[in-house]
Amino acid sequence: MSTPRPRPIGLIGATLALLRKDLLIEWRTRARLNAIVFFALATLLMFSFALGPDTRLLEKNAGGYFWLAILFASVLAMGESFRVESENACLDGIRLAPADARAIYLSKALGNALLLIALGIVLLPVMVALYGVKVVTGFVDLGTVLLLGSLALSAPGTVYAAISSNARARDVLLPLLLFPLVIPALLSLAKATSLVLQGDPMNQLGSWLGLLLGFNLIYWGVGFVLFPRIIED
Amino acid sequence: MPSTSAPALALHDVSKRYGRRWALARLTYALPSGRSLLLTGHNGSGKTTLLRMLATALSPTAGRVEVLGRDAVTDRDSVRRDVALLSHASFLYEDLTAHQNLTVLARLLGHPSPKDGASALLSRVGLEKRSDNPVRGFSAGMRKRLAIARLLLKAPSIALLDEPFGELDPSGIRDMEAIIAELKAGGVTVVLATHLVEQGMTLCEERLHLQDGRAVAA
Repeated sequence: MSTPRPRPIGLIGATLALLRKDLLIEWRTRARLNAIVFFALATLLMFSFALGPDTRLLEKNAGGYFWLAILFASVLAMGESFRVESENACLDGIRLAPADARAIYLSKALGNALLLIALGIVLLPVMVALYGVKVVTGFVDLGTVLLLGSLALSAPGTVYAAISSNARARDVLLPLLLFPLVIPALLSLAKATSLVLQGDPMNQLGSWLGLLLGFNLIYWGVGFVLFPRIIED
Repeated sequence: MPSTSAPALALHDVSKRYGRRWALARLTYALPSGRSLLLTGHNGSGKTTLLRMLATALSPTAGRVEVLGRDAVTDRDSVRRDVALLSHASFLYEDLTAHQNLTVLARLLGHPSPKDGASALLSRVGLEKRSDNPVRGFSAGMRKRLAIARLLLKAPSIALLDEPFGELDPSGIRDMEAIIAELKAGGVTVVLATHLVEQGMTLCEERLHLQDGRAVAA
């Protein structure tokens, strides 16, 4: 065979190669993005219908509803990210390539986070229109919350999506595992988003962002360390 | 570095259990370096389990598997770099084209020119005209051809081929035989599991017949 013998690439190179592959698949099908955008939009709409015409209530809790819509949609997105790998045993193909299992984790988690960021960007104007809210403290603050929130949901979500991907009741198992775990992140996100939308006279935003940063550090670290065991054993 | 004096493959009292069923039971075997192995046996005899274990996709329940003198469990990443598996599952992404599937792997392997390498291998397996078509529309035979291109891209020292002739038309079978002969001529150790025993015997010097997970005389 004239094929030149390949040389192994490092963790970052493998992560980028796998992330590029995931984004390429997403771009070619747009299946995940379409599904989660419509699901999240429907969720936002249902909250507004359920609470009736009380705009003050909607405005006050907009941050919570926004992140609940993203959390519910994220379950679909993260489950789908591993369904692609289970078709034709592609995850085995990557493992045996060999790709560093930590690179598989980082690429999946980053891909899921990017998808959630895109979802948040689509949902924001809808939330502003539906709930009658304004971005008071600025778009930099809002972008920071969106970034940290998407990362915070995707880090544990990717681990649990991998664990549940081979289970028969995976569609039920993933939210059952994920939802209790992300309560601290969800609380921080709802509070931080409310401060961005309603103003932050007491300068509390930094504390909530700090909590989110800590949550991210813990769960990205745990996922990075545990993921090789999860997919190998 | 692979040990040059060690057998290409060595199984030391290897067993594998799925639930209550033993797929392999206390299997001991060594394949000398430079020889190729034909694995035969009925469905469920343990051929696929053994190949997956040699590929490090599975760990043994008991015993030790060595590939090129290295332990397939403790030295897994190193073994994986030298071994490639053609499996029942194609390892192909349905939504990517044939070329993209190979390019993804080539990038992951650190191939010096991923796109060119992918194109050359697609020509090698006769899929150059379907290069830009998604795998989802491929026939079983075309998937098999693409899967062998995927294996060749890795340039392995040991090629593990699980039913490589399945789903191929006569010209595909001839091409596959030529590829296996070419791999062997290039110094690659081939382990071939097939029900086509006569065909396999022309390609391999050694034979291991499995029955209920045990090695028996053919």
